[in-house]
Amino acid sequence: MNWAGLYTVLSGVNRHSTAIGRIWLSVIFIFRIMVLVVAAESVWGDEKSAFTCNTQQPGCNSVCYDHFFPISHIRLWALQLILVTTPALLVAMHVAYQQHQEKKLLVLTGHADPKHMEEVKKHKMRIAGSLWWTYVCSVVFRLLFEAVFMYIFYMLYPGYQMMRLVKCEAYPCPNTVDCFISRPTEKTIFTVFMLVTSSVCIVLNMAELVYLVVRACARRGQHHSNPTSGKSSFYGHKHSSEYKQNEINQLLTEQDGSLKDMLRRNSGLQEKGDRCSAC
Amino acid sequence: MDWGALHTILGGVNKHSTSIGKIWLTVLFIFRIMILVVAAEKVWGDEQDDFVCNTLQPGCRNVCYDHFFPISHIRLWALQLIFVSTPALLVAMHVAYRRHEKKRQFRKGDQKCDFKDIEEIRKQRFRIEGSLWWTYTGSIFFRLIFEAVFMYAFYFMYDGFRMPRLMKCNAWPCPNTVDCFVSRPTEKTVFTIFMIAVSSICILLNVAELCYLLTKFFLRRSKKTGNSKQQPNHENKEETKQNEMNELISDSCQNTVIGFSS
Repeated sequence: MNWAGLYTVLSGVNRHSTAIGRIWLSVIFIFRIMVLVVAAESVWGDEKSAFTCNTQQPGCNSVCYDHFFPISHIRLWALQLILVTTPALLVAMHVAYQQHQEKKLLVLTGHADPKHMEEVKKHKMRIAGSLWWTYVCSVVFRLLFEAVFMYIFYMLYPGYQMMRLVKCEAYPCPNTVDCFISRPTEKTIFTVFMLVTSSVCIVLNMAELVYLVVRACARRGQHHSNPTSGKSSFYGHKHSSEYKQNEINQLLTEQDGSLKDMLRRNSGLQEKGDRCSAC
Repeated sequence: MDWGALHTILGGVNKHSTSIGKIWLTVLFIFRIMILVVAAEKVWGDEQDDFVCNTLQPGCRNVCYDHFFPISHIRLWALQLIFVSTPALLVAMHVAYRRHEKKRQFRKGDQKCDFKDIEEIRKQRFRIEGSLWWTYTGSIFFRLIFEAVFMYAFYFMYDGFRMPRLMKCNAWPCPNTVDCFVSRPTEKTVFTIFMIAVSSICILLNVAELCYLLTKFFLRRSKKTGNSKQQPNHENKEETKQNEMNELISDSCQNTVIGFSS
């Protein structure tokens, strides 16, 4: 499991995201993960071996390195990227659950042929109802993780600039010792780059949150003025999925009478130009 | 997520590019990314370990290396290649948006939509016209800008593209002026010149593609205005012919009623 594996997992989520969500995912993968893998990792590759202190005291080098770099930038970024991308899996799980429910509905209404099953798997879910809440939660978590890691970065490495020289006096170094960091300018450039892309991602997440909220309010307003428009579901734009589920439940619990008669009586179950195969 | 993944992402865009765009993409992947990965990275692999200064002063080597190489060539090229290849994603997004609209039309059962199924919509290649033309031209323009900016950054940082063998350094904590020797300078110069040359070829290809798109745009525009002028005369001739035919038919067949649409 590496970055490519994460890419495979998250590409599936992409289909059910908003347009801003897709842009966010592209920025994450191309400008953060890819830059991390192809460039930043080699800049920090020799951070310990080329960290030189002006002393021959054994152990001083290691202790000073550990004192100034409790956790390396690279590892911090890797953790940040993993935590920031995983809330999208909440959405993936919810979508999988909804698809499972739709397949069950198809089986109950007698449309369980492979073609319809494939359609359920392939069609894009509308971000409405409970899926909207899950999606919004995932965006909020993303924002939270980004903010937390930016703060941790600021706490550990105040100022974002990598110094050329650090003065260390931790035991066993005798007195104060000059220690020199390898490639400080290159590291500063990449730190600033990663911070900028992080900020861009934060802005995109906020924009997505605003967009979702505005869309929900607009839909609610439309719903009040046009009450017959139902919730999103795969079949039947005329009836809400809850109404249909209730009808099906009623039919299934009825002991007397044939299913055929009941379905004939309840014409609301007929989809557009489609007759129930149980009739 | 590495160069292979970028290749997969951009391969999809290739389908909607012009021929020059396809050539550009091939040059990018084979002569720049591939050379970077299989050759250049090894040449610069020991750039700091083998950067040797004529002093035992601890820290002097680190400081001098940092002074002369604020950002390594390899990283600069990696960033350049990432930035230069990403405008193509604008085109990919626009194509995806158009496909999404067509799928929506198809699902609504629109009469205008003449595709048999969703698979056909997915496989269809869009012509570069209308708003897609503007997106495509914008993406080429951004590519050119990024290439130029990175070439300038290169020239600004490394003063002339040549890697010297010896550098004189007097940054603290080096005592006085110290001689520092760069590892593999000639090999680095060769690769630098190669990458610059290929970069220039890519710039030329982008400029050519831009000219091609503009020429196509103006030709299409002049054809449209030319057609719209001709059309009324053409229609009149058609109408006259049709009228004659109608007369002949109505004369010969008295009991038949035929409706022709003009």
